[in-house]
Amino acid sequence: MPASSNETKSKIATGPNAPGVPKTDPIIIADNVTRHFGGLMAVDVEHLEIQRGIITALIGPNGAGKTTLFNLLSGFDSPNSGKWSFDGTALAGIPSFKVSQMGQVRTFQLTKALSMLSVLENMKLGAKGQSGERLWSSILPWTWRKQDDEIEAKAMDLLARFKLDTKADDFAASLSGGQRKLLEMARALMSDPSLIMLDEPMAGVNPALTESLLEHIVDLKKHGMSVLFVEHDMQMVSHIADWVVVMAEGKVVAEGPPSAVMKDPAVIDAYLGSHQGTDLGVVTGRIDLPDLSKSKGSK
Amino acid sequence: MVTAQGFWSLIKRPALLLFAMLVASLALASLAISPAHADETNTDKYDYIFSGNVKYNDEPLEGVQLLVDGNGYSAEVVTDEKGHWEVGVPEKAKYNITLVESTLPKGVIVAPDEEGRITISEKGATVEAEFGLTKDKSVNFFLGEGVRKVTPFIDRLMGSIMNGLNFGLMLALASIGLSLIYGTTGIAIFSHAEMVTLGAVGAFFFSVFLGWPIWIGIPLALILSAAAGYTQDMAIWRPLRKRGLSIVQLMIVSIGFSLALRYLFQFFIGGGTTLLPTNPDTTSKLNILGPIHLSIVDMVSMAISIVVLAAVAFWLLYTRTGKATRAINDNESLSAASGIDVDKVVRLVWVLGSVLAGLSGVLWAYFRPGIKWDMGWQLLLLIFAAVVLGGLGTAFGALVGSIIIGLLVELTPLWLSADIKYVGALVVLIVVLLFRPQGLLGKKERVG
Amino acid sequence: MDFLGILSQTASWILRPETIAYALATMGLAVHFGYGGLLNFGQAGFMLIGGYGYAISILSLGWPWWAGILVGIGASIIFAFILGLPTLRLRADYLAIATIALAEALRLIVQSTMLDDVTNSADGLGGYHEGFRSANPFPPGTYGFGPWTYNEAELWIRVFGLILLGLAIWGVWALMRSPWGRVLRGIREDEDAVRALGKNVFAYKMQSLIIGGILGTLGGVVLVLPSAVVPQVYLPSLTFFLWTILLLGGAATIWGPVLGTVIFWIVYSFLGLFLPEMVNAGWIPGVTPSQMGVVRFILVGVALMLIVIFRPQGILGDKRELSFNARK
Repeated sequence: MPASSNETKSKIATGPNAPGVPKTDPIIIADNVTRHFGGLMAVDVEHLEIQRGIITALIGPNGAGKTTLFNLLSGFDSPNSGKWSFDGTALAGIPSFKVSQMGQVRTFQLTKALSMLSVLENMKLGAKGQSGERLWSSILPWTWRKQDDEIEAKAMDLLARFKLDTKADDFAASLSGGQRKLLEMARALMSDPSLIMLDEPMAGVNPALTESLLEHIVDLKKHGMSVLFVEHDMQMVSHIADWVVVMAEGKVVAEGPPSAVMKDPAVIDAYLGSHQGTDLGVVTGRIDLPDLSKSKGSK
Repeated sequence: MVTAQGFWSLIKRPALLLFAMLVASLALASLAISPAHADETNTDKYDYIFSGNVKYNDEPLEGVQLLVDGNGYSAEVVTDEKGHWEVGVPEKAKYNITLVESTLPKGVIVAPDEEGRITISEKGATVEAEFGLTKDKSVNFFLGEGVRKVTPFIDRLMGSIMNGLNFGLMLALASIGLSLIYGTTGIAIFSHAEMVTLGAVGAFFFSVFLGWPIWIGIPLALILSAAAGYTQDMAIWRPLRKRGLSIVQLMIVSIGFSLALRYLFQFFIGGGTTLLPTNPDTTSKLNILGPIHLSIVDMVSMAISIVVLAAVAFWLLYTRTGKATRAINDNESLSAASGIDVDKVVRLVWVLGSVLAGLSGVLWAYFRPGIKWDMGWQLLLLIFAAVVLGGLGTAFGALVGSIIIGLLVELTPLWLSADIKYVGALVVLIVVLLFRPQGLLGKKERVG
Repeated sequence: MDFLGILSQTASWILRPETIAYALATMGLAVHFGYGGLLNFGQAGFMLIGGYGYAISILSLGWPWWAGILVGIGASIIFAFILGLPTLRLRADYLAIATIALAEALRLIVQSTMLDDVTNSADGLGGYHEGFRSANPFPPGTYGFGPWTYNEAELWIRVFGLILLGLAIWGVWALMRSPWGRVLRGIREDEDAVRALGKNVFAYKMQSLIIGGILGTLGGVVLVLPSAVVPQVYLPSLTFFLWTILLLGGAATIWGPVLGTVIFWIVYSFLGLFLPEMVNAGWIPGVTPSQMGVVRFILVGVALMLIVIFRPQGILGDKRELSFNARK
């Protein structure tokens, strides 16, 4: 186990690696959040904190309630009970667009690129506080032209970073699946969020693009953002995440640094046993691959 | 469902406020048109004046109400202690003058005259009056002893309830069809209205145009409806689904189809109303029990509706295809994955839905009574209201919603003008969407 | 058959108050559906509000004609709120059902004898023209040529209508090229995505409903300027004609509604004159002229189906910028 990983761990949690362990600087705190659909309890989280400034992965098998929790945290769904807050502000009853304005921006599992808008228009839509988006000033172009040019410049910068600048004037519909994922991420960055929540950013992306997607996610942290992402491929998670939260059947069953979580028997039981794919290779070189032969053997 | 319950909490207050304002303004509007009570109305405003004295056995009657209306003008007046009244009217023309009998003392009515100038209605006795050479005209009613033949309220209430149930049941036939089609295909299908008309027009074609007996004509009309449902799915809806048209596109196609069919009916049967063959013995009301009066047609119609609805319920609950239909309703891709032939079930639903609509058209043609090219269209919004009230896409919700809408429509005229009896149903639709968009029996997750 | 007469009559429909009114109301539908993805099937209700708001303000309240227009606009904003508050947070088809139902309820109410004093029930309203006509800047005389020959009153109605239409076209163009329009088009594509970007989707949809409704109301005013307010005009069929026009011209285009309206009226009036003439000329045996008059309504329905199936983007639309969305 490399030393860096232990250092990170000591900075993140204030206690032993157990579900609900308090963090040193949490950006999201959830308490007793439950959501049921009919008789099915989709989410039942007693306590969860997400640390600021790191990459946190939310993993778990299909149907574990990851996306539902995501929807609850981002205001797209309301829980049946519980309290949760973002950056110290309680979020109960706050509509999703306000949550987003507070600096918590999300993406979706099924990419929501706005197909019939150009790539550049998609990007510009992401910017916050545009005076031209108000009805009365919208018909007076001189009130928003300058700001719109600034937004466009920023959008082009970001597009260049995501290697989409040559596609700026194309309809988003003409992009490939992976490029749409990139566009969605870039669009979310237009608002300078403090927390970016990515719902399965790697789903349906071809392997060549996966690598650059992972790099971009790591990059987000370098730019000072907190990242929370849903993924069910543990291998990919272990490359880039500083902290892993494992859900199963609506509950948080384990959390900790990737290496520790992967050794947790509860996690192996609930999840890992059936989900070992091939490795993509070390992308960031930051964390050594954990030795999985033992867990394989224990199965 | 992810759509913003948060928004709702934000807008709830303004929404309620708005509704309160709406209700208040309606109330104000009704106040504004209520009459000023006086023995002289508008006599200083207009030159032409009707007047009269209301007396019974030479005793003047005070507080008797009279209504004057005609030529876009209406006024009310109440007699003074001498039994005198005067009303000014704007034009030298014919007006209807009505003495409101309920304001006469008990046991006193307006005596019918030999020439039959007086018409007795629920409101009272009405005469037509016209000015002669002068600007004044006196109008007097002859009062006599007698009992007003006004149906007691309880009788009218029971009559309306029975009518409402009957109407609600036939509405349910059409609504369940629409709801099943919506549940399995996701399309709110506007041309369902024309399937209602088709049933009635079919019965008309076989039994009036060809002159065959009605007991052959109606089954043939239903077979025609079934064929129409089958052909529609084969020729239009299934190919378009395969073509990848969106739900909204399909809905608009159904609107175009509805328009085309409706005017096609008008092309063939014209713009008027025609009747199905009936027999006075079967349409006259019989005393059933206490204040309940039903005709044989009413009873047969209700019996048919109940039996057919029970059969549909049995089919949905206990047969394999019925269960498959409900499964597709809940989750189409899951059903397809678990081996249900979705296309086959959808076609069956089209046939069944069209037959049910056709049957409701035939029954409604007796209830209205009459067949008209746009009769189904008149029913469509009530069908939508019933289906939304019960829960869009739920078959049993459609049944409950239809009964409630049927009762509402038939009970409205007891208190309000009969020409707005459909309005209540449409207002219910909006209120349901505001407070319980999933409907009475719908699941909350469906609407988002 | 007087073919030249028919052609001349048909040509006059290019510039009639009805044409301008339909174009305005269809612009409103473009703001609703073409740009915002809102399924408003109650545009006839907004037009009714325009017509009745205008006439009642003048007849019952004695207000000047321009105040009548403002009353219509105010009433249509309230109507948009009543429609939008319950439905804009629900799936698209709920708005469709609610709009058609409320528009129809409105028509039944104004037609009802309960409000006879104000609306004159089924007979409709007339005789409110004095104010508008006295504001006519054109001196008495004959203007124009051929099928487009007008007296000063007819000219004034057309010029006024065209001014409104011009303003509407400019306004919609200015809105849709702005960041506001960008958000609205984004909502049409996927409202959750736009919501996740911090936009108040509900407010934008409501604004779109109100703006399109106001355009419908102005169309309603222009429609009643020449003669009378007739309640039987505001049937759901009127709304569906507008939809046919919208989809014919191109839902998400600035000029589509205008082009669609002109084509619609030319074909519609031509068929209205030509079809009965065909019967009179003995070309179609066994059919009466009035039956033949119905045929054009059937054709509108068929046209609507064919456009939606085969050219949903309309004449002017870009196939890629389609207002129909598979997810809705």
